[in-house]
Amino acid sequence: MTAVLQAQDLGKRYGRRWALTDCTLDIPAGHVVGLVGPNGAGKTTLLNLASGQIAPTSGSITVLGGRPPASPAQLATVGYVAQDTPTYAGLSIADHLKLGARLNPGWDDALARERISRLGLDPARRAGKLSGGQRAQLALTLGIAKRPELLILDEPVAALDPLARREFLQGLMEAAAEHELSVVLSSHLVSDLERVCDYLIVLVDSRVRLSGEVDHLLATHHRLTGPRRDPDRLPADQQVISASHTDRQTTLIIRTDTPIHDPAWTVSQLGLEDLVLAYMSQPAAAGRRPALEVQR
Amino acid sequence: MMWLTWRQFRAGAAMMSAALAVLALILALTGPGLADDYSTGIAACATQSGGCSNFVQQFRHDNQGFFLGLTAVVLLLPAVVGLFWGAPLIARELEAGTHRLVWNQTITRTRWLAVKLGLTGLAAVTAAGLASLAVTWWSSPIDKAAAFEFPRPGPVLFDARGIVPIGYSAFAFALGVTVGMLVRRTLPAMAITLAVFVAVQIAMPLVVRPHLLPPTRSTLEITDSNLDGISAPRDGGPIRAVLQTPELPGAWVLSSRGVDASGQTVREILLSSSGACAPPRQGRPEDGLTACFAEMKQLGYRQQVTYQPASRFWPFQWYETGIYTALALGLAGFCFWWIRRRLS
Repeated sequence: MTAVLQAQDLGKRYGRRWALTDCTLDIPAGHVVGLVGPNGAGKTTLLNLASGQIAPTSGSITVLGGRPPASPAQLATVGYVAQDTPTYAGLSIADHLKLGARLNPGWDDALARERISRLGLDPARRAGKLSGGQRAQLALTLGIAKRPELLILDEPVAALDPLARREFLQGLMEAAAEHELSVVLSSHLVSDLERVCDYLIVLVDSRVRLSGEVDHLLATHHRLTGPRRDPDRLPADQQVISASHTDRQTTLIIRTDTPIHDPAWTVSQLGLEDLVLAYMSQPAAAGRRPALEVQR
Repeated sequence: MMWLTWRQFRAGAAMMSAALAVLALILALTGPGLADDYSTGIAACATQSGGCSNFVQQFRHDNQGFFLGLTAVVLLLPAVVGLFWGAPLIARELEAGTHRLVWNQTITRTRWLAVKLGLTGLAAVTAAGLASLAVTWWSSPIDKAAAFEFPRPGPVLFDARGIVPIGYSAFAFALGVTVGMLVRRTLPAMAITLAVFVAVQIAMPLVVRPHLLPPTRSTLEITDSNLDGISAPRDGGPIRAVLQTPELPGAWVLSSRGVDASGQTVREILLSSSGACAPPRQGRPEDGLTACFAEMKQLGYRQQVTYQPASRFWPFQWYETGIYTALALGLAGFCFWWIRRRLS
């Protein structure tokens, strides 16, 4: 399977601050990739690097086999819906579609018009007069009708109300399925991504903490509950992600590829949200450990 | 990209075209009449005894308001272009975030900038060129009449005639774009552009233009044309003569000073109260001040003048247009470098 995005020791520094460090990723094509992390974790930086908006300080990144900053051929294969879904306030929807048609050789005008009419938007309306949800839909339409192989969306639903969120993500999923798009979208809310993603990257403090297919991640992480004990005495193949203790009881979230046989533990399944939160709330000291990669 | 640039620019272009059309219409209606008045007036006064100085003064006075207004229009146009076309060109995109929309279409940002700079910049220099052409044509009779007050190579008229407004406009536009790109916000970019442009426009005639070509120096005898006045105190002290800037037709006088026989600068010329310059006991002397001038000459007093003659108007126009165009191109080059390397 070809890689849609490969990064090797990728890093980006602004002044003295590293916005992204030691980022090594290999995302296969055909996935809807969720990029989660708290605000300021480096999500936008990673996506900007992937779309070629900025150049890396260290390491390298390859998107669809090409290096992002940015020949027209490379630009044509990657669609990017930037944070806050910017549009030209003074231009009408029809103008935006014309802009897309003029600036993209692969533009699918029928698709764009069909999407706009399905959304019930008046093409003569100015983008400045649209609601946040409608504006996001317009930006998404521009991204899709460009007919890219990879569509990147940076916090596309952050400013939307729950209903608009669902409509937006639904539209995105339909388009991804219909046009066999690979999609990377970021959010600081796991609940947004849970419904749509089959691949997950967790970014905390400008480092990749976790990346892998959602099914596989869920299958290899467990919550263990049992009498209080020291997590250091677990078997070597069980890696502790988080531990909490009361006087009598210990709750662990662990990662392991092998079954758990210890009868003292009650083993329960972990939801995606709990899994991500466990990684996000890991103490900074744990972050020194090399980033985890799912072996496949 | 041409389409998008035009779509974003068309309101500004329409406004500028309308303003220029109104200007052209007014000038076309009044210009021929003005030129006629001047040529018939000059023809009539040439045969009169008093010469043309009265007519020229009257003519200048009658048309002064409109003349200065038009000159101001051409002086301001480059600033307007820099402020309202240059500064917002990139800053508005960066401010609204729309650069992230347009840079992710299938177009490199270098090409995006090239088309925006090229089209809008072309409009900027065209507008300035047309306005200057029309105003230069319209004002040519008044320029002749006002040659002493406003010498053509001097600070005011030079900047609003001929081809330099094209250079100014290109520079102001490129300056606005560059500042907008660096500051990333429209309003501060406009303010900074205005401040820098005004500073450059003031510095140019004060500091640079006088030295574009080495100024001509000449030494003049003291005559009616450069003597401001003579005063003789009642109590019989020495007589004082004060000099003024001489009238050199159309020349831009940079400095003038009186010097004595040893070459020292003198602020006023002191003369003996018993010599030729002493006031006559009754009435005016018949030969005017001829004897007095002769005495000053004999004592070695004269006036040294440094000036740029009127004939240097066009060489200066070419030099200055070249300087401003080079500055504009340098700024544009910087913009391309910045948008590729530094901007995200």
